[in-house]
Amino acid sequence: MKIAIASGKGGTGKTTVSLNLALALSDVQLFDCDVEEPNCNLFLGFELEKVEDVICSVPVIDSEKCSICKQCSDFCRYNALAALPTRILVFPSLCHGCGGCAILCPEEAIQESQRSLGVIEKAKEGSSPEFYRGLLNIGETMTSAVIKKLQQHIDNRKTAIIDAPPGTACPVIASIGNMDYCVLVTESTPFGFHDLKLAIDIVRAIKIPFGVIINRWGLGDSRVEEYCKAEGISVLLKIPNDLKIAELYSRGIPFVREMPGWDEKFLGVFEAIKLQLAGIEEART
Amino acid sequence: MKQLAVISGKGGTGKTTLTAAFASLANNAVVADCDVDAADMHLILKPRVLEKEDYCGLEVARIDLELCIECGKCRKFCRYGAVNESFEVDPYKCEGCAVCTIVCPERAVSMGKRVSGVAFSSETRLGPMAHARLGIGEETSGKLVSAVRSNAKKLAEQYCKDLIIIDGPPGTGCSAIAAITGTDLVLVISEPTVSGIHDLKRVIELTAHFMIPIVVCINKYDINEENTQMIEKFCTELGIPVIGRLPYDDIATKAMLQEQTLMEYAKNSEYISENEFANRVLQIWARIEKILMDIQGKQKGIKALEINKL
Repeated sequence: MKIAIASGKGGTGKTTVSLNLALALSDVQLFDCDVEEPNCNLFLGFELEKVEDVICSVPVIDSEKCSICKQCSDFCRYNALAALPTRILVFPSLCHGCGGCAILCPEEAIQESQRSLGVIEKAKEGSSPEFYRGLLNIGETMTSAVIKKLQQHIDNRKTAIIDAPPGTACPVIASIGNMDYCVLVTESTPFGFHDLKLAIDIVRAIKIPFGVIINRWGLGDSRVEEYCKAEGISVLLKIPNDLKIAELYSRGIPFVREMPGWDEKFLGVFEAIKLQLAGIEEART
Repeated sequence: MKQLAVISGKGGTGKTTLTAAFASLANNAVVADCDVDAADMHLILKPRVLEKEDYCGLEVARIDLELCIECGKCRKFCRYGAVNESFEVDPYKCEGCAVCTIVCPERAVSMGKRVSGVAFSSETRLGPMAHARLGIGEETSGKLVSAVRSNAKKLAEQYCKDLIIIDGPPGTGCSAIAAITGTDLVLVISEPTVSGIHDLKRVIELTAHFMIPIVVCINKYDINEENTQMIEKFCTELGIPVIGRLPYDDIATKAMLQEQTLMEYAKNSEYISENEFANRVLQIWARIEKILMDIQGKQKGIKALEINKL
């Protein structure tokens, strides 16, 4: 089963929930899909090894062959090619690697080379949970490409927990698009609530069953709970607004490791998810 | 005209709350909410929309099934896996490259417009504001950020404002880059947690990559004073000014619940701690204003940082 942990707003506790859930379960894989700012391993401290580079094709133009017909630069939707009077200029960081320019070139002057966008790493053999992460190179914009590559390491026989990036744009879709379930982490503040509704729009649009975890419960007001009740959305867990949790977080310690009783609560979240999915399956048949 | 971008790397460190507070303090500024996929500034500033414009990002491929002979070339050449077995295009996967249009022997594929968001130019009680709403799961958040910034510039010219304050997105990817390129100063709101520190280092690298001057403010400094000192130490070593510390306080949430900026809320607060908090924000803003004044044209940011050594 593949479970994504997402939220519209940043800093609501996605990584906290992902880690604590993964640590409470057995035979589980954890994927840090927040490849712009991956934080999970700060709390796990695993020794990581490189699995592969994430690469993107970029055009290399043979100026001997190029007739400056401008078909490539006219075609490129990403402005990665610009025609100067004497040559075609390539901007690799804008290129999405679609390969169109090489197909179009009538002089066969365009070859493709590989550019690194980032890297996929995993924790050394025998670590528990099994852990993978992606890391986007600084200055790169193709976040989704790294996430897609990372998700190729999901083992369908195991439970996979996916720590998704914040927001509602394409990296989020790339992270949660093919999941069985999505946990939306929020806090009951005006910002948290507003962004939760955006996140709910997404999971509804791509038809993924979901539930909500309210973090820093006690902060703000009761608007999230009231909304979930009215909409029939299951609230899987409430994590209190506890300075002890914030302090453990600041030191890089997942709070299930230090605070008794929370293991069971996260196990309970997992059971509730399974139950909800079984109910959906039953309704379907 | 100067531009200040507020970013953090890590989400939830207080970017929007502080940017809104700065909007109350700046006399002559335009606010640009560039966190387009989870925009929250409008919840505080309550803008009155003057102009709104559909924003069309990259196009999306459409296959005319009447003309399609199912040769499979589009599927073979699409590097994003956007064409399925029944020759339908998945709009979430299509990146609008148009390769399918050039490989189709039947000219059955065309590129269609897609509205990927809405950009707004607005007025608020604290001055003009540019903002946007990105469509769900859309690709072009960076381009929409650029559109917001260009609207902010137009507003600044129209209303004779000399500063644009940009509320940036989290992360280091396409939206974050679009939010900071070409600005005069980046303010990073950090927090003394292991994640906050890690993400701060990544955004310092990012600003160095684009050679933009940077200052740092530490929020919730008292949840881990040891980490706070660590941040201050490595910033000092890199020559990055740390322009203030703010304590952990519910004031941000309380102000948000009242739909007020921190400064507006603190004005009517009788708690000393809340007034002190507002005072600290005031001092931070004074330092930023001074630094902005000192920046003559485009400066070069710190180069060749060896972040990994830290």
